Formats: sequence, C-alpha cells, structure tokens
Amino acid sequence: MTEQFEPTIIGFTCNWCSYRAADLAGTARIKYAPNVRLIRMMCSGRLDPTFVLRALSSGADGVMITGCHPGECHYIEQNYKALRRYLLLKRVLKGLGIEPERVKLVWASAAEGVRFASETTLFVEEIRKLGPLNWGKYSEQLPVISEPVHEEVPA
Amino acid sequence: MSEKKLERVGVYVCHCGTNIAGTVDVEGLAKWSAEKLKHQGVVIARDYKFMCSSLGQELIEKDIKELGLTRVVVAACSPHLHEKTFRTAAKNAGLNPYLVELASIREQVSWVHTDKVIATEKAKAVVAGTVSRVIENVPLEDIKVPINPNTLVVGGGIAGIQAALEIANAGFHVYLVEREPSIGGHMAQFDKTFPTLDCSACILTPRMVEAGTHPNITLLTWSEVTNVSGYVGNFNVTIKKKARFVIEELCTGCGICEEKCPKKVIDEVFEAGLGYRKAVYTPFAQAVPRYPVMDKENCTYFLKGTCKACEKFCPTGAIDFTQQDEFINVEVGNIILTTGYDLFDARRVSNYGYGRLPNVFTSLEFERLSNAAGPTNGNIVLRDGKTTPKSVGIIHCVGSRDKNFNNYCSVICCMQGLKFAHLVHERTGATVYNFYIDMRTAYKAYDEFYQRVLEEGTLFVRGKVAEVTNAARYEREKGKLIIQVEDTLAGKQRRIPVDMVILSSGLQPRHDAKEVGKLFGISCSTDGWFTEKHPKLDPVATMTEGIFIAGCAQGPKDIPSSVAQGAAASARVLDKILQREVALEPIKASVDQELCSGCRICNGLCPFHAITFLEDRMVTEINPALCQGCGTCVAACPAGAIGGTGFSDEQIMAQIDGLLFRTLEPVEA
Repeated sequence: MTEQFEPTIIGFTCNWCSYRAADLAGTARIKYAPNVRLIRMMCSGRLDPTFVLRALSSGADGVMITGCHPGECHYIEQNYKALRRYLLLKRVLKGLGIEPERVKLVWASAAEGVRFASETTLFVEEIRKLGPLNWGKYSEQLPVISEPVHEEVPA
Repeated sequence: MSEKKLERVGVYVCHCGTNIAGTVDVEGLAKWSAEKLKHQGVVIARDYKFMCSSLGQELIEKDIKELGLTRVVVAACSPHLHEKTFRTAAKNAGLNPYLVELASIREQVSWVHTDKVIATEKAKAVVAGTVSRVIENVPLEDIKVPINPNTLVVGGGIAGIQAALEIANAGFHVYLVEREPSIGGHMAQFDKTFPTLDCSACILTPRMVEAGTHPNITLLTWSEVTNVSGYVGNFNVTIKKKARFVIEELCTGCGICEEKCPKKVIDEVFEAGLGYRKAVYTPFAQAVPRYPVMDKENCTYFLKGTCKACEKFCPTGAIDFTQQDEFINVEVGNIILTTGYDLFDARRVSNYGYGRLPNVFTSLEFERLSNAAGPTNGNIVLRDGKTTPKSVGIIHCVGSRDKNFNNYCSVICCMQGLKFAHLVHERTGATVYNFYIDMRTAYKAYDEFYQRVLEEGTLFVRGKVAEVTNAARYEREKGKLIIQVEDTLAGKQRRIPVDMVILSSGLQPRHDAKEVGKLFGISCSTDGWFTEKHPKLDPVATMTEGIFIAGCAQGPKDIPSSVAQGAAASARVLDKILQREVALEPIKASVDQELCSGCRICNGLCPFHAITFLEDRMVTEINPALCQGCGTCVAACPAGAIGGTGFSDEQIMAQIDGLLFRTLEPVEA
C-alpha cells in the first residue's frame, strides 16, 4: 500500500460537553484529523449500542463515543450508563470478531477543546494502525441491517 | 423506508464571509447537494454570504413559502449559535421550527481543517447526514406548563435572604428554609467585612429582621428539605421541621430558659468551638427567629430524666418536651438553592499544625475572636485567653490552589487575610506577616484596601509556607511558633517566629452537597460545587428547569457577589412567575404502551424520577414534564417501546447512513 489509509470514523457527542468541546476547538482554530464525523445527542446515555454496530456495518472503521467526565454529567449520572454499555459493547464486538479497540470512549468537558482535538487525532491514528474494517463492504452485498435489533423481543 | 412521500428539502450553505468559504468550496457543496441528494428530496440548494443576516433569513423564508419546503438544512455554524435564529425564521414562514436542522460546517469543518479538498469532502458528509436526519424529524410543539407563584429558598445565608426578600417584595410568597436555628449564615459570624470594614452584624441584622417579619416570607428554621418531586412550575416539597421543644406561638424570646439552663456545651457551630452555649439556646444575640432550640443530645432532662429548669422558669409555658418532628408539604413553582459552603478543615494540612499547636487558629476562629460579641469580647488573644500576641503570621491559600487538596482559588482568602492583618494591627499593635502565593485583590476598592494595609506596615512574604512548628532551633525562637517559608522574592529560606498563626482556610462545598444536588436533581462539578447552566451567560440557572443556585453553593465568592447572585436568581424566578407558564423544549422520551413489555429495565435509569411503572396495567409511563430528554431510557428499551423526540432512533440511524454516504445512490436505481 503506497497511499496512506484514511479511516472513516463516526463520533457520538454529548450536547452539553463534548459537542461544545468540538465547538470550542473550532472557535480556537485547533486543527485535528478530518476523519471523524460527529453526531450530536443530548447525552452519552442516549447511545444505543446498535448505533455503533450500525455505523461499523455501514462503512465506518471506528466509532468514538464522547461524554461528560464522570461526576459531571448534565443529567447527573447518565454517562455512567454509557460507560456500562460501552464495556459490554466491547465484549460483544470481540465476540463478533471485531477489534474492540475500534470503539473508544473519551470524556471531554465543554472546556476541553484541546483535549477533544488531540483525542480525535490520536484515535484516528489508532484506527489507521488497525486498518480498514470492510464490514460495510460485505454488508452491502448482504441484506442491510436497517432496523435496530428490537424485533426479537416479544412486546 | 422509501415508501414515504418525499419531503421537500432546502439546503442553505453559508459562506460566513471567508470563515467557511475560505476552507470549503461552498458553491461546489451546494451544487453537489442539489445533485446527489435530489433523490432524497432536496429541491433547492443555495449558498449565500451570510445566511444569518436578515437577507439570508428572508431567502429561506421566501423558499419555504414559494417552493413549499417541508424541511430545511442550514449548513453553517454550530446549532448552539444560530439554531434559534433559523428555527424562528422557519416559524415566521409557517414551517414548524423543529423541521430545521443546522449542519455545523464551521466549528466542525472549516475552522479545524486546512486542506480544502478534504474539508469539502467532510462538509459533504456532514450535509448528507443532516439531510437524512431532517427527513426523519417530526413537527414538535413546545410544552407549556403553568407556574405556581410560590418559591422555595433553601439556605438562609445572605444570598438566600437577598433572594427571598426580592421575591417577597415583588409580592410573591417565599418559603425560606434554614437548617440551623437562625438565619444569617456565615456572615453572622464575621466581625468586619472587607474592604469597607463595615460591621457585619450591623449590615446583616436589618436584612434578617426584614426576612423574619415579612408578610410574604414563611420562615422555617431548624428545618431541612427531605423530599422534592414534580417539575418546573409544580414542585412538591416535603420539609422536616425538627422539634425545637419550644412552642413558637407561645415563646416570646425572653431568654429566661437559656439563662436558667444549667448545662454548658461547647458551641462548635457558631462560635467555631471557642465559646460555650447552653443546652437550650439561640445561637447569637441577633438571631432570627428569636425562639430558642433545645439540643436534645445535651439536655439534662433528655439524658437523665430530671431538670426541666427551663420549663419551670418559662413565663409563658412555651417549653414542650413531647414535641415531635413535623413534616410540612409545600407546593412551589421554583426553587433557589443558597446552601453555602463549609470551611476547609485545616487539620488536613498537618504541617501547619492546626489542632496540634494551640496558637494556630482558623480564619473562622479568628472571626469569632475579633468579634465584640464573641467569646473574648473582641480581644485578640492566644488560646490561653489572656496573652495578647506580639507577632502574628497569616497564611494564605490553606487548602486552596494546592494539588493535594483543592485546585481552585477560594477567592475570599486574600482579602480576608488583609482584613485580619488590619484588625490585628489596629487592636494589638502586633507585627503582622502575610504569607501569600499571589495577591488577588480584584474588584472595586479591594486593591485600595491592600495598599492601605501595606501602608499600615504589615509585612508580606511571597511564598508557600512549608511548615509551622514549635521546635525552636535558636534562642529567639523559644516558645514561639516558627513559620518556615521560602521567600521567593528574596530567593531564600526564612524562619519567622511568631506568637499566633492564622490560617486563611479556603472554602469547600458543603459536605452533603452531592446528596442535596441529587435531591433537587442538579449536578455538581468535579470540585463539588453546584453546576450552573452556563458559566458565563447563565450562572444562576441549572440544567434542571426551575432550580436556581446562588452564593457560595455555586462556587467560592465574597459577600457582594453572593448578594448579586441572590438577586439575580430572584430575577430569574420572578421572570418565570410573571410569565405564568413556561415553555419546555419538546425533547422528551415517551413510552408506546402497546409495545412496552413491562420489563422495567428503564425504571431504574432515570435520575429525574420521570419514569413510573403502572402496576395495574404492567406498563411503564414517562412524565413528560419531569423528563429532561437525556434519552438513556430510549437507548435501554429492549422492546423499542420508548421513543425520544428530537433525537429518535430513526433520526440518528439516518444520520449515520448519511454521514457514511450510504444515502447517495437512489434506492430504486
């Protein structure tokens, strides 16, 4: 491979901290790797692990989850729930044969624009080392997982 | 998925002068959106120099009307900046404001990347994601709830008194709850206030009396809030009124019970351990209300079953040993928390010797020593109660700006140290040393006070004190406290013998601030102070609608700032009361009870108590007014029964697809 692999990464951000950290990085003109595309949610607790699976199966090489620092959640304690899901999700990924390192949880407060930028760049490098995931390419040939995994549970 | 009728989407790319256009090919982006996203329903894509200008907004409004747009995407700055602007514009043109989304291509693209090709590519992804998402948006209406005009103020320090008085004076009812027997807070313990050297009691007491007698204020001292339910405009609060063993209606506050009580107790709270009080007591002469409180733990009758001296001598028969704690329910629309601070425990800095070396005092102890109504009648003396010190060392930043304890600056300590220096100098003529790291005397007339203290001859040593010890090395140090310090201006170590050391202890959050925060549904920062909604633009509001904070509960501050915040919080409350109803952002979770299996997984996830389980129907319900919209329950529901407006599964899934360019090819190709 002569050309450098440019990973595509989806970043989930919390409206109150990490999204504002991204805003701050912008306002302060801090440069970081352009590979991460952000989605704003109200809280990292909103993160349904199926979002991550959807992103990875649709072409993303990595997923960055960001939220408020422990103890600083704007919804008091919901970031701890994000942490719980994140840890479980990593086990699931391992079971699926996907490197758990493709998903990373980063705490960043609204004041940490510099941290947001450096963590982003760092994660891009980590994913670059892991190489492309290619799950998206295969799933294109297969029926697309378009619905979250709700259906199997009887109402 | 594709059976739905296509929405008519308009995409508006902002140049933001050169802020965006300098790094992103804006014309190309608009053209690309019109072509590649056409199958998704994009009917128009324009670029314009400043979309947020009135001309830019008019452009959107015109298109909504003329082209019949049903969705709008503005690719510009962060939604935190101009979301409201464009939503209002849409509303003016007759489109539901929640059908407008901003794609942040300035903060997230043009300002953080340099390569124009790469930046444009990322901007395309951001726009594609936002278009996919906006299609899944549903029209929403702000939720309106009525506001109960009563207010609860928790904490009767100066900030709470100020807030209560402002609201009461405006004609609305206030419940002022205070944990201690009297209102007044820390300010009532002080002798003088910097920089004017006003007598603290002289300026505070009139306010206390006003609060105690105001027809619109219900004063509940010796009381604590035990439960809070409800939401903005409609809180239901349970207050525990601890048994005073004194019937308030009968008590005249004559003080005979206190005089006759044979039991003396060290007063750890008001006198900071330096003085005594009785088992039945009012904490200080100017206490409001005047009714005493009986201290059950120390009362001879409660301990041994005999005495009742107070009852025998009470001229109005106001003593009642059978009194029980009382629980009061009140309904309020807004709550202001002014719960104040705890003094940093100077024992923790063991090398300063507080608690071990008798003549090391804390700042609060010194306040009581220098107070004319204090245990020594205002005589500044050593722990033996009679010797006047000839030299005094005041150590700043005790427990503050210190990695081992608290990182933050406690704000008041510099000025407090200067005030102490002045008082010692004035009353004893002693030599006074101030040991400081940095002198911080910002704000009106503060630096002038510093100059004044300098001119009075107080000595200043710049450096963090390493140790206070009584281990003398030289003759001149015998019987003294020796302050070991690196004088960073002189560049050498110094040992300064003094008779008395005063530790300017920092402020720290109340020991129970976390629990109190949880009770009211607000969060604390890592330092433990209550978190404000915005550190600059919304310092007295919190993330929980209808709950406000003021004074030191929000962070260390001096009296003028506490008063200002108390007044500011009351203005915010009055604003809410006068609006009569409040509009809540409709970002809420709701349960589709047809789908709910009653598994109760979501039940324990909500810190706002918005989720209740209906036992009779075996389904869960979410109270929209309590729901703050975090979406944790939405993500947790295994049956997909919980939907979250504003950030639904469909919206986020669509945005993921868009961001990954999965939406570019027409579905029926």
